Amino acid sequence: VVEVPIDVLLFGPLADLAASPKVRCLVPEGARVDELLKRLRERFPALAPRLDSAAVAVNLAYVARDRALAAGDEVALIPPVSGG
Amino acid sequence: MLILVTDAPLDEKAARAHVARPGNGAVLVFFGCVRDRHEGREVRSVEYHAYGAMAELELARIASSVAAAHGVADVAVLHRTGTLPVGEASLVVAVGAPHREAAFRCAQEIIDVLKERVPIWKKEIGPDGAVWQEGVTPPLPPPRG
Repeated sequence: VVEVPIDVLLFGPLADLAASPKVRCLVPEGARVDELLKRLRERFPALAPRLDSAAVAVNLAYVARDRALAAGDEVALIPPVSGG
Repeated sequence: MLILVTDAPLDEKAARAHVARPGNGAVLVFFGCVRDRHEGREVRSVEYHAYGAMAELELARIASSVAAAHGVADVAVLHRTGTLPVGEASLVVAVGAPHREAAFRCAQEIIDVLKERVPIWKKEIGPDGAVWQEGVTPPLPPPRG
C-alpha cells in the first residue's frame, strides 16, 4: 500500500498539546478521516485524549469521519469551539 | 453581507452603515465584550485564536442561511482575534430589517449558531494563569454512506 503524508493543522488546546500548529502523518493513499485519526492517536499520544471531541475540517469545511482524503487537501483538527 | 475576522479593533460604524438602508426601520448592532468572570474565575484578558480562513467562511455560511430563514437581507458579522482586555468588543453583529422582530431573532440565532460552529477559541488569562475555555464540539455532517 502506498502511504502519503497528510499535513494536519492544529488549533487551540490541540496546538498547545502538540507544541506545534501543524503535524505530519502518513496514511494509506485514499484513507478516510477515521484512519487518519487512528494514526494520529498512535503517533501523537498527547493528542489522543482530545481527538474524540474534535471535529475535522477538510478544505475549510466540516467533514464526516468517512470522508476520503486526497493529496493536497487542507486538513484541520477543530477542538471544541468557544467563539463569540 | 459583511464578514470579517481580524486582529484590528472592530469597526462598528462600518457594520452599522452596511445594514442601514431606507427600507430598514430596525437597525440592530450587538456587541459581545470580554467579561471579567467566567465560571467563577476572575478574567483579566482573553486571547482569541481563530482558523481565520475557515472562520470567515463559516460565518458567511451561517449569516446567509440564518438571514434567509428570517427574510433578512442585511447582515454584518465582525469577530476579533488576539489578546483583548475586559470590556473590549470581540464580536459585532449588525442586522438591518424592515421591522424589529426579524432583526432581533436573526441576530440572536446568528450568535447561537456561531458559538457552536465557528472555529475560534478563547484562552482566558486570569490571576492564576491561562486556561482554554471548554467549548462546544461542532455538529458533524452525517456520514455519506
